[in-house]
Amino acid sequence: MNILLAILVLGSIAALFGALLGYASVRFKVDADPIVDQLDALLPQTQCGQCGYPGCKPYAQAVADGEAINKCAPGGEDTIKKIADLMGVEVQPLDESHSQGDIAQSNRPKVAFVIEEDCIGCTKCIQACPVDAIIGAAKQMHTIIIDECTGCDLCVAPCPVDCIEMRELPDTIHNWQWDLASIPVKQLD
Amino acid sequence: MTDYLLLLVGTVLVNNFVLVQFLGLCPFMGVSSRTETAIGMSFATVFVMTIASLLSYLVTTYLLVPLNLEYLTTMSFILVIAVVVQFTEMVVHKTSASLYRLLGIFLPLITTNCAVLGVALLNLRLQHGFFESIIYGFGAALGFSLVLVMFSAMREKLANADVPTPFKGTAIAMITAGLMSLAFLGFSGLVKI
Repeated sequence: MNILLAILVLGSIAALFGALLGYASVRFKVDADPIVDQLDALLPQTQCGQCGYPGCKPYAQAVADGEAINKCAPGGEDTIKKIADLMGVEVQPLDESHSQGDIAQSNRPKVAFVIEEDCIGCTKCIQACPVDAIIGAAKQMHTIIIDECTGCDLCVAPCPVDCIEMRELPDTIHNWQWDLASIPVKQLD
Repeated sequence: MTDYLLLLVGTVLVNNFVLVQFLGLCPFMGVSSRTETAIGMSFATVFVMTIASLLSYLVTTYLLVPLNLEYLTTMSFILVIAVVVQFTEMVVHKTSASLYRLLGIFLPLITTNCAVLGVALLNLRLQHGFFESIIYGFGAALGFSLVLVMFSAMREKLANADVPTPFKGTAIAMITAGLMSLAFLGFSGLVKI
């Protein structure tokens, strides 16, 4: 008898709490995981694919699923920091294998430059450009719109005659950054 | 009123759940590596502990004692705590997605935080009344939060400190916790309850 009462009491407590939780799960329903959209908004939208994903949205999805946050070369450290804040993880230095070698070292903004006398007009770089910063047509010489170029480096590899090179932007009052000209400091062990 | 205040101060400082009674050490070590997470965990724990001690008091007084079912206390307390934690998890998920992500697995693991069950059982053993139970639960959680946040701040400093190799990581954290516990011994005798 006593056992039955105990079962009844525990059962009724459990049923009551179950009903409460059931109500709460409806009341506090989370619609969708908005984290992918938030991440996508932080990424630079160059769709350059240097992270190893087809574009910014797939990389945002991958980061939401736990991929490393330091693969976006065009975004740089600023983007990594914002993603780290959003995801609640530590800030990591940019993964060097996903940045363009010497550009990562010199840290200066660069743009692609077509050496026009070598260009054969094959249009391969135009297809590679994620931001449509290259103008030109078949058998016509191509050139780069400097203001549109993000320096993503993707047009260099497809060029069959190696006539595209990455050049540092000349310093102007619009792009000069005082902190890049800092005195190098070396830590001695 | 003074009694309640003394009970609160006594629970937060003198009989601190983590450093004096050694309850809830798992989240104390687990979520203390970043202050942000520690603060989030603190809020969740304060909520859970206060509500759980209130509900467990009601369950004991109005259900288990009149029906002579005192042997069910632990079981029903676990049920109460699990429900409160689940509820908190839903609310946190709804209100702050980033906090939910930060706390991760530690949010559902509040269920297994022995301090929560400890406060409910201690309320019973110390024969606390309704308000005393709430204050005791709130104070215990406040004490837990206090040392958790302090400890996480220290661990953030320690991360940059030049720690000898054998002591790196958890080892130095354990030593820090021990020293904090010693420091909290200084509060003993502050309040007699």
